[in-house]
Order: sequence, then structure tokens, then C-alpha cells
Amino acid sequence: MQVKILTGNQAAAEAVKLCKVQVVSAYPITPSTSLTEYLAEWIERGTLKAEYVRVESEHSVMTVCVSASTVGARVFTSTSSHGLLYMHEQLHWAAGSRLPIVTCVINRGVGAPWSIFNDQQDSIAQRDTGWIQLYCRDNQEIIDTVIQAYRIAETAFCPVMVCYDGFVLSHTMMPVEIPAADKVNVFLPPYKPHTILSQEAPRNINPVIFPSQRRDADGVLRDGYMEFRWKLQNALEGARDVIVDVNREFAAVFGHDHGGMIWDHRIDDAEVCIVGMGSIASEATTAVDVLREEGIRAGVVGIRSYRPFPRAELREALKKAAAIIIFEKNVSYGYEGALCADLKAALYGTGIVAPVHNYIAGLGGRDVKATELADAVRSSLADIAGGVRERQTWLNCVTEG
Amino acid sequence: MPEKLFKVNHKEYILPGNRACQGCGLSLSYRYILKALRENTIMTIPASCLTVLHGLYPITSVNVPCLNCTFASTAASASGLVAGLAAMNRTDTTVVAMAGDGGTFDIGIQALSGAAERGTDFIYVCYDNEGYMNTGTQRSSATPIGALTATTPVLTKQQNKKDMMKIMEAHDIPYLSMSSPSYPVDLYDKFVKAKRIKGTRYMQISAPCPPGWAFPPKETVKLGRLAVETGVVVLYEIEDGKFRLTGRSKTLAEKGNRAPLVHYIEKQGRFKKMSMEQLGQMQKWVDSKWNEYLKRVE
Amino acid sequence: MEIKDDNISAMCKPAIGEAGRTGDWRDATPVIDQAKCIASIKNRPACYLCWLYCPDGVVITGVPVQIDLEYCKGCGICAEECPAQAIAMVMHEEVKECK
Repeated sequence: MQVKILTGNQAAAEAVKLCKVQVVSAYPITPSTSLTEYLAEWIERGTLKAEYVRVESEHSVMTVCVSASTVGARVFTSTSSHGLLYMHEQLHWAAGSRLPIVTCVINRGVGAPWSIFNDQQDSIAQRDTGWIQLYCRDNQEIIDTVIQAYRIAETAFCPVMVCYDGFVLSHTMMPVEIPAADKVNVFLPPYKPHTILSQEAPRNINPVIFPSQRRDADGVLRDGYMEFRWKLQNALEGARDVIVDVNREFAAVFGHDHGGMIWDHRIDDAEVCIVGMGSIASEATTAVDVLREEGIRAGVVGIRSYRPFPRAELREALKKAAAIIIFEKNVSYGYEGALCADLKAALYGTGIVAPVHNYIAGLGGRDVKATELADAVRSSLADIAGGVRERQTWLNCVTEG
Repeated sequence: MPEKLFKVNHKEYILPGNRACQGCGLSLSYRYILKALRENTIMTIPASCLTVLHGLYPITSVNVPCLNCTFASTAASASGLVAGLAAMNRTDTTVVAMAGDGGTFDIGIQALSGAAERGTDFIYVCYDNEGYMNTGTQRSSATPIGALTATTPVLTKQQNKKDMMKIMEAHDIPYLSMSSPSYPVDLYDKFVKAKRIKGTRYMQISAPCPPGWAFPPKETVKLGRLAVETGVVVLYEIEDGKFRLTGRSKTLAEKGNRAPLVHYIEKQGRFKKMSMEQLGQMQKWVDSKWNEYLKRVE
Repeated sequence: MEIKDDNISAMCKPAIGEAGRTGDWRDATPVIDQAKCIASIKNRPACYLCWLYCPDGVVITGVPVQIDLEYCKGCGICAEECPAQAIAMVMHEEVKECK
């Protein structure tokens, strides 16, 4: 395998080239832009044989992905923040259409006011759309996860978002082993669409559908809206096994194992479990190593797949925790961090009654240092000892007035 | 049989028992569009009257492959079909985007402008029934001045119709045309021509709408003819920048006897609150556009 | 190409009568007076403007011309456009009573 020093965006672009993507549709938005610029150059030079559609908005980006995927082309796009928000309608459409579209979301905060810097509000806000969401810790994971994403998407027929932190990963250089092209060709067979759009068998795809089931011209009772939507939900639930299996197979072929639904660091005997996604969880591993030096038995559970949500894996990993500390770069306004809310829901009724403290961190690109994470853990442990079972703290933020 | 009499493809692609209204101008237009384009066509259509004509799951009334898309995205959906088909080396298929005036002049204009600017190789059809008819006759930028709509229910529409043809012409595309289902062979011929041309082709059709314009369904074809006789609708094409009147509009220009606008207005219930001032304004607008076209022909 | 519908997304097949028997929409039925119809008089394909202008394509060309009354919606365009005035829109008895 070839090792290169690459930014996150470069790593993602290399993966797209290896996956022999056939249609790229893209619109510039910081900090995702350079990814599709690399693709534009390769396509114009003929290094990557693909169609590049320089659309006029992100809404059109995802529309092009939907229709190109429908006729059988393997498609790719990437975006961030408001670009992702602008295509929100089309994300629902893509999932309901059951298309294996892979999109890199280079996580960036949302306005108002404007932020070009990293947080995860953009992708977290799409959690209800029916897309699979995988979060990456480092650039190796980015290149590997994009390749796995196509395999997962084309097996489950669900679109996949590969998320990684803007600037923190997208613009930071790391050594990356580039998988061998011939091995990727074997790992990723050609895309076989389930959609039929040909003159031999004319079909009308995704029209209006009634609430109830309805008989077709042959008298067969066909699905109503709810049945199709149940199939999407069922496919996402089934995607758990696909995500785990694909990672296992990838690890066997390419030698990198990033975990299936979750990954963990020093969790086996952990009393205080930190939970997070993406680079903040990676940073937490450093904090954990420091805390361990002080005798605090800390560990990290990293969420790799946020959707489908790893309820079984979290129940297993957290069953012996005396305290659960969640660090996340998003807020479900009017309630709490989305990961915290989802995690507590997953633990309900299991008998896991550890206090759960929620830290909202790093919004709009505010730097999050391992030392701050370690301090937060110490502070929470002190509060828990004093009986504070629930806490929402905005880390390193002025919270008066 | 009919093809000898009218030199059109006799095959029908729209199946009977569909959901279009009685006397629907869109339905009549669509018959001839599909006759001209034939089987190796993929349609992409947004939420609109056409979606309803195409039918609700699990049955479709149209014997041509079709991909539904969201309201704003018709031209982008077509762009994706073109790119996908090119990537798959399927070069024999005509991609056709077809939306109403709402999906073209208003919510769909951005995607259409982008697709046209990129020189996307597809046909874009706008059936203009002058309002958001599928959702109950709300006003669009294609609604003429003085018309009552569900969102201009008392004061009538205050602005003139947007000149979408001019906007599309500004994109330097190889072919544009304006047609009417009251002249189906003229419409058919334009689509046969368009099918052979490469690049972005913009086809606008004036589609009279009995419920939306408030006239009896039996008068759809007559009203469309009256629109052309008064010059409210002008049949023309612009091929590689060359402007050409066609059919009845061509003979009308040569003989110069356009009917007064009021004959067209008085036939439609939607204009019952139109003021004399608005009528005068619209007559002026029709006259000035007509004179502009005449100048271009010289 | 193998055509297999896994039925995971909504794909419709073409069939007549998606909206049911649209002939039921009519309150008046077109009746052709074959003594006036140009094609019948000439006993060969002729005119066919009713076929040309029918928005639903339910006019069956032939000699004589016929209309598919299962699906004709009764818009009345054919009657309006017939140059021989050979088509009458005959209002249904129930509708006459209401009026």
C-alpha cells in the first residue's frame, strides 16, 4: 500500500477515485470545496472517467445525484453546513427513493450568525432523513469509510453520509495508506440499481401515493405510503449488520479496522465512560489517558454509526459505567445534545441508571482541548459525588445574560 | 388513417381513464409531445397537474418512463439523467423535463437557468396554464394582469405576465418555441424538430385550463385559437438565434388583422373583475410584444 | 437488461383506467350522427378533427368513427370542433332533472 501525507479532503477524493464514481455533482462551500476541486482536476485530465455537473445550487446537487443514481450511475458529492441544509428536501427524497448515494459532509456550524468553522450541527440536523451517518476520527478513517460507504449503500439501498470535522480533519495533513486499486475493485463490485427507467419497461417512479394500500391493474394489493416508509426504516435497522460485516471484510482485506457501529478506547474496566463522535471523541482518548494516570478509570465509546443508532452496542458498552459523560458539537435546541437524548433513550428500561452529563462543546469551531475534556470529567465526577445526576454544560462558553 | 391526414405518429402514449380534467389543455398538448418524441424518451416531472395526469401509485397512465422529482428541481433532475445516461453510455435516449408555469417561471427558474447555461442536452417543456392550477388556482408570475386567482381573489393580479421566453433566449440556447394545443400539428412539428437538435431546447406551450380560467371545457381549443387570433399567444420558434413566426401567427402577421383582446378576455370568468385600465394595459402589452416580433421577422 | 422490481421504491406500471371509469364523469354524452359525419359520408378516412382535438385520445378512427364511452370524460370539444356539426352532447336525464 502507498502512504501519502494527505488532508481529509484529499483522502476523501482519493477514495472517490478508487471507487470509480461515474457522476460527480458539486457546489462550492467552505470547507468542503477542495474535495470536489481535486475531482474536477482528475476528471478534466481523464484520470477519473466521470461526468462532472457544475450545478448552480446544493438543492440541484442532490437532485442530480438522485436522478443519475436512478439510471444506474455511481454518484458522489460533498458539502457542509448551509449547503447540506439547502439540500435537506432532497435528502428526504434520496432516502425515500432508496438510492445508494454517498455524500461526504465536512462538518461545519450553521448560521445565524455565520460560522465557517467546525461543529456537527449540520449533519446531526439531518438525522431524521433516513440516511446512514458514519463519523470519522482521522484521515485514514475517511478514505476507508468512503470506500465502505459505497459497499454499505449498494447493499442496503440506503444513502450514506460520511461525516468528518471541517478544518480539523478536512484541512489537516496526516499520513494515509491508500488502498490498492485492484483490491478495491474486488471489494466493491459494480452498482446494480433496483430502479427501472427504460423504454422496454416504462415505469413511473415515485409518484403520489395514497395513504392506504391500493390494487394495481392485475388486482394485486400494493403498498401504501407507510409500507414504503417502513421498508426504509427496516433497511436502516438491517444496515447495522451490513455496517459491521463490511468493516470486518474491509479490515481483513486492507488491514484497517475502524470498528463497526462503535469503537472504544480503554472501556473494559471503565467507571466513567465518555461518549462522542468524530474528532472530539478522538481527542477524548488523550484526555482518558491523562485521567488514567491520575487513577480515574475513564474510557471512550466512539460512535461510528450515528444512524442507524447503535443502541445494542451502547447498552453493552455502558452497562458497568458509574458515570456517562457525553461531549458533542451540536444541540437540539429546546432540549439537549442530540447524542445525549438518543443515548438516554437507548438506555431506558435496561436498568442502566448511571448519571448522564451532557457537554455541548466546540460550537462554531471553538477549540476543544484534551485538557478541557479532562477538566470537564473531573468536574462532573465531583458533581455526581454530590448527587447531581443530570447536567447540561456548555464547555468553555460564557453562559450569563 | 390519421397519420396520412395529419402526418403525425398515430400511436397514443397516454392511456384513457387518466386523472386530467375534462377538456384539459395540458392533456391535449401532451398527446402530441409524446407522439413527436416517441418511445426512447425519459420524462422527469415535478409536483404539478402533470404528476396527477401520470397517475397515482401503483398505476401510471403514461407509457413512457418517468421520474418524479421535487417542485424546484425539474431541470436539475433532467441534468442528472443526462449525466447518468452519458456515464452509462446510453446515448439514444431523449431526456425531457416537463413542468408547469409555477415549476418553470417561479420555483424552478434557478435550476432551469443553471441547466441551460451549462448547455445541458435535454428538452425542457413548460406547459403554461397561467397559475398554480394543481393546488387550486393560485397566482404565478405567468398569470396575466387582471386575473382573479385564489391568492388574488379580490384585487386581481397586478403585474403583467413574466416574459419567460425572453429570459430563456438570453441563455443562448439552440432552440426555443412557443406553441398551442389548438394547433396540434404545429406543436408536433416543433417537437419533432427539437428532438433532432443537440443542446438545451426550451418549449413553452400555452395550455388553457377550464377550471382555472373559468370557461366551459368544450371551449378549450376555441379559446386557444382566440388567444392566437388576438396575439396574446404567438406561435414562433427561435432556431440558432433566428426568429420565425409559425402557423396561424405567421399568416396573421402577413395579413395583419389581429382581433381586439377583449374578445379573448370576455370568454373567461377569471377576468370578470379586470378593470378597463388593466385591459388597456394588457392590450398595450400584447401590441408591443406583437410589434417586437414583427420587427424581428423583417 | 433483467427487469426485476424489488418493490423497495414506488414504481408504477402503465394501465388504462388509473382514475377508474372516467366515463362516469360525464353529464352529457357525445353522440355521432353518422349521416352528417364526413368520414361516414365519404366511406373512407377523412376529417378526423374529433380525433385530433380529443384531449384524452378516446376517439377511435375508422369508418364509422367511434368514441370510447368507458373513458370519454364528456368535455364536449369534439362536438364543438366538428366541422359538420355531426356530434351532439346529449345531456343525461338525471342532470336534466337537476337543472
